[in-house]
Amino acid sequence: MKNSRPVLLVEDDSIDAMTVRRAFKDLKVTNRLDHCLNGEEALAYLREPNNQRPCVILLDLNMPRMNGIEFLRVAKADPQLKTIPVIVLTTSHEEQDVVESFKLSVAGYIVKPVDYKKFVEAIRTIDLYWTLSELPQGQSGVEDESVQTAAIDRG
Amino acid sequence: MNRSRPLLLIEDDEVDAMTVKRALEDLGLGDCIVHLSNGVDGLEYLRSHLEELPRLILLDLNMPRMSGLEFLKELKSDPDLMGVPVVVLTTSKEAADVQGTFHYGVAGYMVKPLDYADFVQVMGAITRYWDLSATPAKV
Repeated sequence: MKNSRPVLLVEDDSIDAMTVRRAFKDLKVTNRLDHCLNGEEALAYLREPNNQRPCVILLDLNMPRMNGIEFLRVAKADPQLKTIPVIVLTTSHEEQDVVESFKLSVAGYIVKPVDYKKFVEAIRTIDLYWTLSELPQGQSGVEDESVQTAAIDRG
Repeated sequence: MNRSRPLLLIEDDEVDAMTVKRALEDLGLGDCIVHLSNGVDGLEYLRSHLEELPRLILLDLNMPRMSGLEFLKELKSDPDLMGVPVVVLTTSKEAADVQGTFHYGVAGYMVKPLDYADFVQVMGAITRYWDLSATPAKV
C-alpha cells in the first residue's frame, strides 16, 4: 500500500480472515493487518484515538450484529471516517449489494475467488492499485516511499 | 476491463487524452474509452446513459468551465449517478486535492507519471483493478 499504516479487515469468518492474512504474507505486504469481526467492532476500533488510522478498509458484507452496508452508512456519514477508502471483499454477487455499496462510495467491490491462487492475485492487484493511488492523510499522515517501491517491485 | 461498458475520460487537454488512449491501446483496451473534454459534457453524457452507465470515470481536476471537484460534487449529489466510481487522474499532488476528492468519495487518486512507461504501468494497474471489481451498470 502507499503508506505504512495498517489495513483494517472487517470479517466475521475466521477462515476467510486467515486466508487474507496468508495472502498478505505470501505477497510480502508489509502493512500490518488489523482484524475486526463486524461493523460495530470496526467503528469502535476506528473511533479509538489510540489506534492508528488504517490506509484502507477491506469489508465483508454478510456479518452479524452490524453488516457491511450498515457499517458503510455510519462510516460514510462521519466526517472523520468518510475519506478512508473501503474495498468490499465478499462472496455476494447480488447486483443490489453492488449498487448499495457504490452509492455509499466504496472504492472497489471484489467478489472473493474461491481458488487460493486467484485470491492471491486479487490481493496483489488491490495492493498494487493502492500503492499507486494517493491516500488521504490520517492522524499520522506519514508517507513511506520505501514501502511504495517494495510493492511495485512485488507487483 | 468489461468492454461492453466504456470507461469515461473527462480531460480538457488533448495531448493528455491522447496519451491515455495510447496507453489503453498498448494494453489492448483501446476500444473501451469515451472521451469528453469537460465536466458539463460529462454530466450530460451520464444523464443520457442512465440505463447503462460507464464502468468507471477517469477524472482530471484542473479544467475550465467546471473543475473536477465541481463535477464530483454534482455527480455525488445526483442519486442516479452517485454510484459510478471515479478515479482521479491528475498532475496535482496537492494534499488539499487528495483530501477534497476523497471527501467526495473517489475510488482512487493517481498522479500521472511524466514517463510514458510508468504511465502505462499506472493505467495497467487501474484497468486490472477495475476488471476485478464489479461496478453498477445502473443505479
